[in-house]
Amino acid sequence: MIRVTRSAIIDAPLERVWAVLRDFNSHAAWHPAVAESEIEDGYPADQVGCVRRFSLRDGNLIREQLLTLSDQEHVSTYCILDATLPMRRYVATVQLKRVTDGERTFWHWQSTFDVPRGREREFEQLVGVGVYEGGFEGLRAYLRRGRDRSGAGAPARARGAAGDLATHGVVVERFGGPEVLRHQALVAPAPGPGEVRLRQTAVGVNYIDVYVRAGHYPLITPPAALGMEAAGEVLDVGEGVAHLLPGDRVGYACPPPGAYVGARTMAVAQVVVLPDHVDDETAAAVMLKGMTAEYLLHRTHRVRAGDAVLVHAAAGGVGLFLCQWARSLGARVIGTVSSEDKARLARAHGCETPIITREHRFAAAVREATGGRGADVIFDGLGRAAADENLEALALRGHWVSYGQATGPLDAIAAERLTAKSATLSRPVLFHYTAERAALAEIAGRVFAALRDGVLRVEIRHRYPLAGAAEAHRDLEARRTTGPIVLLP
Amino acid sequence: MIKVYVSSVIEAPADAVWAEIRDFNALPKWTPFVAESRIEGGLASDKVGCVRNFRLKDGGAIREQLLTLSDYDFQCTYSILESPMGVDNYVATLKLTPVTDGGRTFAEWWAEFDCAPEREGELAQAIGQGVFQVGLDALKHRFRR
Repeated sequence: MIRVTRSAIIDAPLERVWAVLRDFNSHAAWHPAVAESEIEDGYPADQVGCVRRFSLRDGNLIREQLLTLSDQEHVSTYCILDATLPMRRYVATVQLKRVTDGERTFWHWQSTFDVPRGREREFEQLVGVGVYEGGFEGLRAYLRRGRDRSGAGAPARARGAAGDLATHGVVVERFGGPEVLRHQALVAPAPGPGEVRLRQTAVGVNYIDVYVRAGHYPLITPPAALGMEAAGEVLDVGEGVAHLLPGDRVGYACPPPGAYVGARTMAVAQVVVLPDHVDDETAAAVMLKGMTAEYLLHRTHRVRAGDAVLVHAAAGGVGLFLCQWARSLGARVIGTVSSEDKARLARAHGCETPIITREHRFAAAVREATGGRGADVIFDGLGRAAADENLEALALRGHWVSYGQATGPLDAIAAERLTAKSATLSRPVLFHYTAERAALAEIAGRVFAALRDGVLRVEIRHRYPLAGAAEAHRDLEARRTTGPIVLLP
Repeated sequence: MIKVYVSSVIEAPADAVWAEIRDFNALPKWTPFVAESRIEGGLASDKVGCVRNFRLKDGGAIREQLLTLSDYDFQCTYSILESPMGVDNYVATLKLTPVTDGGRTFAEWWAEFDCAPEREGELAQAIGQGVFQVGLDALKHRFRR
């Protein structure tokens, strides 16, 4: 008896893969080796007991019967009844399993059968490579082309068919204060290869937008639209776009700026599909800050139960997420804040020891809170003003993670100052962690799961019309807002 | 009875990952949350029926018994005998499956247990994300290509 096993990871959610594979007659559409197929006697293609009669491109004919179909276990078992190939007692099982940390699917395909003596190797290859591996590639291509969604029920819009779409947005006329933001008519061109065109429903406002507007970060050349984060619906996609289809609800948080618009045409690489439990406003409000918290706590430094974690600006957007998430990982969370009100807010989000300091003096308090040991890791969005105190507050072998510079760029740090504590200094950037699509899916997926499970809680108190972006910036810079700000196109 | 299920993909062949984790006494070596571990009664650490007695870095002490060890299925099943978590009838399985396409590993870790109804969400999160996902993340990190 021969046993053939092949398995693969498919870059699509389990439900989407299973919707195709549970249809016993779908292989003619996605398997490159199958020429034509039909279900005998008019039975439904998901009827256990039904028989598919099909021809291969090499001319062979096969009849197979569906023996098991489980929507619970995502299993399909079938056997060969007759074939023009000398295969006997062929029984195969397809099983799908969910990869829970990312929108991916594990596909296991296995069979046992007999063939004439001496032809075992030939048939092992025919089934393993020709049928199973060829099937993996065939299904991947089928999903990439969106063929599973192009039938009945799919939106009727053709991909990339339409021309320019009139829209509106907020552009920076020249670098400066909020007054340089101008609301005006714009155009979203038809998506080219590797691009998607979105109708945006909510746009996130982040402090980085202020830096870009003021010219501190060289990310745009005015006049240009601002914004790094938004959510909405896919209107159409360009050639070669694998994972998105018209009608998908999506979000993104990435450069280049350009999110302060009603409709946007952009590169598809950083756009992810939103789960049903995350609404558009929430996605626009949390993706940048949530994905930042995710990679800082799990990738730049893997926070463990019992770690002493120091979070600067603990009541800020990223700070509140870091406090909540680090606490749920079992860490002991210490934070710096600038006022009594913010201390209360941080405490309500898992920060056990808020330190109120306007001059960024916190090292002594951190030592006191940790029994003299210091912080195992410091998440520092402050930069220059906190540098000396950070080194002072760090435990032996501690990790100083400098991910932002709200008080100004860090001065050069002499390497010996790290030697003094065997310390590590990291300067991570979100977009290096999300550069690969699989990593992006995993990071975004964990943020969405954290929202679903209540690990991250978010309340949106500030909404402005898109045309009111300048007012939103004024309020943000005057510290009149707490928590996320969204613009509504 | 509630069930917690976590799965991931590790960028290394399953036999290499299995070699790292099949030792029932190796938690301190490959997970970030176990401080120390020993096998009770001087049994071999791959003897089905042996009990590991370990201490978490946050101080909690746990005793777990090995129920199944399969070098054929790359699978290990164990139950909790004593723990501070407040769970009953806790049985967990860690299983690896080769992904032939690319020579990778599909790793699954799940548990079934009983607990007070109001603690289900908290425990599912603590066990699923705080233990299993953290453990799989450690393996992904160790075997990253």
